[in-house]
Amino acid sequence: MSEAKPYRVSGDTGEWEVVIGLEVHAQVISNAKLFSGAATAFGAEPNTQVSFVDAAFPGMLPVINRECVAQAVRTGLGLNAEINLVSVFDRKNYFYADLPAGYQISQYSRPVVGKGTILLDMPDGTTREVGITRLHLEQDAGKSLHDQHPAKSLIDLNRAGVALMEIVSEPDMRSPEEAGAYLRKLRTILRYLGTCDGNMEEGSMRCDVNVSVRKPGEGFRTRCEVKNVNSVRFVMQAIEVEALRQVRVWEEGGAVEQETRLYDANKGQTRSMRSKEHAHDYRYFPDPDLLPLVLDPAWVEELKRGLPELPDARKARYMRDFGLSAYDAGVLVLEQETAAYYEAVAKGRDAKLAANWVMGDLFAALNKTGRSIENSPVSAGNLGRLLDLMADNTISGRIAKQVFETMIEAGTDPDPAAIVEAEGLRQVTDTGAIEAAVDAVMAKNADKVAEYRSGKDKLFGFFVGQVMKAMAGKGNPALVNDVLKKKLS
Amino acid sequence: MSLDAATVRRIASLARLRVPEDQLPRLGQELNAILGWIEQLNEVNTGGVEPLTGSAALAMRMREDVVNDGAQPEAVLSNAPERIDAFYAVPKVVE
Repeated sequence: MSEAKPYRVSGDTGEWEVVIGLEVHAQVISNAKLFSGAATAFGAEPNTQVSFVDAAFPGMLPVINRECVAQAVRTGLGLNAEINLVSVFDRKNYFYADLPAGYQISQYSRPVVGKGTILLDMPDGTTREVGITRLHLEQDAGKSLHDQHPAKSLIDLNRAGVALMEIVSEPDMRSPEEAGAYLRKLRTILRYLGTCDGNMEEGSMRCDVNVSVRKPGEGFRTRCEVKNVNSVRFVMQAIEVEALRQVRVWEEGGAVEQETRLYDANKGQTRSMRSKEHAHDYRYFPDPDLLPLVLDPAWVEELKRGLPELPDARKARYMRDFGLSAYDAGVLVLEQETAAYYEAVAKGRDAKLAANWVMGDLFAALNKTGRSIENSPVSAGNLGRLLDLMADNTISGRIAKQVFETMIEAGTDPDPAAIVEAEGLRQVTDTGAIEAAVDAVMAKNADKVAEYRSGKDKLFGFFVGQVMKAMAGKGNPALVNDVLKKKLS
Repeated sequence: MSLDAATVRRIASLARLRVPEDQLPRLGQELNAILGWIEQLNEVNTGGVEPLTGSAALAMRMREDVVNDGAQPEAVLSNAPERIDAFYAVPKVVE
């Protein structure tokens, strides 16, 4: 691992280091809610997915959903974390219109998942380990709509009681880039596990950012929490501006106060949320409606056996078996769909060449057509067949690019072999034909031949280009090179 | 341990109770009596003893991940002091 230059904020009194910890709320994928049998599906008519438990009618008792627990355990295992076989649910007390019970059922002193680790893949190909403090299960709140009526807020409880995993990191990150890499990696792991869809735009993954600054080598200073930042880009921006603000406060002789702040993406600044002044006084106590959650070790083992190959293992396999670079392997494993496509192309073929085509030509084509890899205009099978046509010298790499363009434009996922036949693109490997083309080019450019022979080596490329042009790009490049070299010397 | 008037006021505010200023001392006395009793309980050495959370079963029962509830907006909204369409309506929450 190479030691990259550390991220620093420079102030009037010198350089400052940024300390970052993240709290991510990840909505659990399940059919029913954490403690009731109401549905979790997104986008239903208001208050149509609400049980009396979710609406906190008196006397209703919560009963935990086994699958939500399983999802939390799977996520814990995916984060290399300790699974606590005994955990406890507590009430977190606060008043808000979309929290009908006046408390959220959460886990405080005894979470279901303890310490773990996550490996960040940095853009320069290095990795960095960040500690996970804990993961606990809790209920989501309902949704408040403040802009539908001049004097009223409207409440929809469909989301109330849906299971969330709160995943808390150690304050191990030191730059906005690392925070971004953390969120992207966590999202990838959750999506591999199928425990959360990781969609930040729709709010199924929400992030609170803890930021403090210090002089390098110092202990921690007071931190601020920036709430509800809803994209990776905004998280990185919020850290940058909040760190700058704190540096200014310290350097002006003030002291950063521990508080909750909000990031305003339009103004590019954070501001204090005074409404949350007393918010940290939640008066937790064990929920008397719920017994401790006790897990059977055999069940945890069973869940472990059912885990898919995770991104780190897959990346290592690509580097080991396919000889890919850390960067390329990291990009290809980011989404399971991409990895599956890549493996289908690479199987039994030149794995590095396959990686180049998937990450280069295919990604560019997907970008251009605005399509995802699941409905790629060219299937993995046909991209593989195109590589085969290159491998057996039916076409050159240059013609392959041309055929690929035709395949993308067709939009019907055509067989590349059919295009090669229909358009007569088969590569010319007949030495006689190539020699004839070379002779013609040399005859037409006698002056350049003389220059080349008197030492102007750079002209070789010019001759290759002319011969290829004369052969409509179909000459076998290796043979063209050989013949030219022989005839020019 | 003894609670002062400011702490009692804060606890009342967290619990959304409006307590007239002249009643704070009496409420403080009552809370102090409760805390005194809990302090007595704290004298018992409970090191290494797991908390007792119930008298019968030791572990929580679990439900299967099946949707078998909800789809009853009228029943859910039946006790709402105020509603607009299928939403609960509450005094505007100012952020």
